Amino acid sequence: MRIRTLFRSLVILGVLGAAAGWYITAPEKLGAEDLAELANATPDAARGETVFWAAGCASCHADETATGDAKLILAGGQRFETAFGTFVSPNISPNASQGIGGWDLPAFARALTLGVSPDGKHYYPAFPYTAYAKMEPSDIADLWAFMQTLPTDSAASAPHELAFPFTLRRGLGLWKLRYLSDEYVMPAPATPDGERGRYIVEALAHCSECHTPRDIGGGMLEHRWMSGAPAADGKGRIPSIIAPEFTWSVEDIAYYLETGFTPDFDSAGGHMALVVENMAMLSAEDRMAVANYVAALPSEETQ
Amino acid sequence: MTFKLHTRRAAILAATFGAWAIATPVAAQDNMEIVVKARQGAMEILQLNLGVLGNMAKGTVPYDAEVASAAAADFAAVSGLNHAAYWPEGSDADSIEGTRALASAWADGSDFLQIFEQLETASLALADAAGNGAEALGPAIGPVGQACGSCHRAHRARAN
Repeated sequence: MRIRTLFRSLVILGVLGAAAGWYITAPEKLGAEDLAELANATPDAARGETVFWAAGCASCHADETATGDAKLILAGGQRFETAFGTFVSPNISPNASQGIGGWDLPAFARALTLGVSPDGKHYYPAFPYTAYAKMEPSDIADLWAFMQTLPTDSAASAPHELAFPFTLRRGLGLWKLRYLSDEYVMPAPATPDGERGRYIVEALAHCSECHTPRDIGGGMLEHRWMSGAPAADGKGRIPSIIAPEFTWSVEDIAYYLETGFTPDFDSAGGHMALVVENMAMLSAEDRMAVANYVAALPSEETQ
Repeated sequence: MTFKLHTRRAAILAATFGAWAIATPVAAQDNMEIVVKARQGAMEILQLNLGVLGNMAKGTVPYDAEVASAAAADFAAVSGLNHAAYWPEGSDADSIEGTRALASAWADGSDFLQIFEQLETASLALADAAGNGAEALGPAIGPVGQACGSCHRAHRARAN
């Protein structure tokens, strides 16, 4: 008798536990306030282009070898090898069937800020929505307007190559509870462009995704912000951009973002060369704002 | 123009060296260390001279037309070498130690050698501009940086 009761109780607890788990991992929806801000925005594709380059969309969603206008063909297909498996970037061109042409602005905003697809599935955080979560609704609206002007491509998105249990997207609901926030990590630097610099770096350019080390869950260690990390593909290290290892001046950083030249005139390579290409599309003021943010970052000890 | 003379001389040397390398692959293997050191030295010459010009463009050192012209001339001379000779098959980071050159540089359809031509063109324009004042340097350095970045982006491994 007692064993049967025990068994029954365990089953009931199990069902309740699973239901609770299902509930807390549910993909989030945009709040009424966010939807209202999006509806009231006056989209500007020209401003959206600045957002596009700062957020680095082409660096992951265009062909790896693309230059110039070819970068605007967001057919996806780039492969990102990580400890969790290989992620393949999807087609986000305005193509109605293979890209995101069938989406609307709220769906686009939900993807960027909550990491949820239009059919209610979690995206993997290889897509840096932990940064984009901090985006202003007006920038999202502007970016959406710009994306509509881009060439369409009919390449089908390839699936990611992951092993169980990482194939269970629902589990990302737990990951997001732990790691997804729309709050800034660092205070804005005291310079007049401090807020702008922090916004570009933390909300758009997502520098931390490479430059910050991660814990076993794959989330960034915010108390070791920008202190350098093993490269996600396992080949080498991404350098620290904070003291004491990093000693560049604000001018050095701004010059590097514009030209790719380090203070001793080595030239940026690998993925950072792509970042420089993006940064070169921004205004000098925006690059200086980024430089001010980076120069103001605290050393690991003082974090 | 002196640059044509340098490239012609270099082409003759490289044609000789190149033919020799094909004829004696074993010797080329022995020479791999020298080849790698030579090309890294060439990169360092580019770096040093770009430093002179870049710092004048940035305003961190005062502009000097003679110094700038000399630096740009050396930069162009090295840019104009017959680069294929210093980047033989089998000298990539998967095959040998001590280089950051990725195997992608030798892949079918690679733009590796074209980028060197792009660099040479940009360096000749820089040499033309170098004597014309600090303001002329910045715009002339831009295309050089784009050439450097194009190659390093695809074909150079991380520093670690």
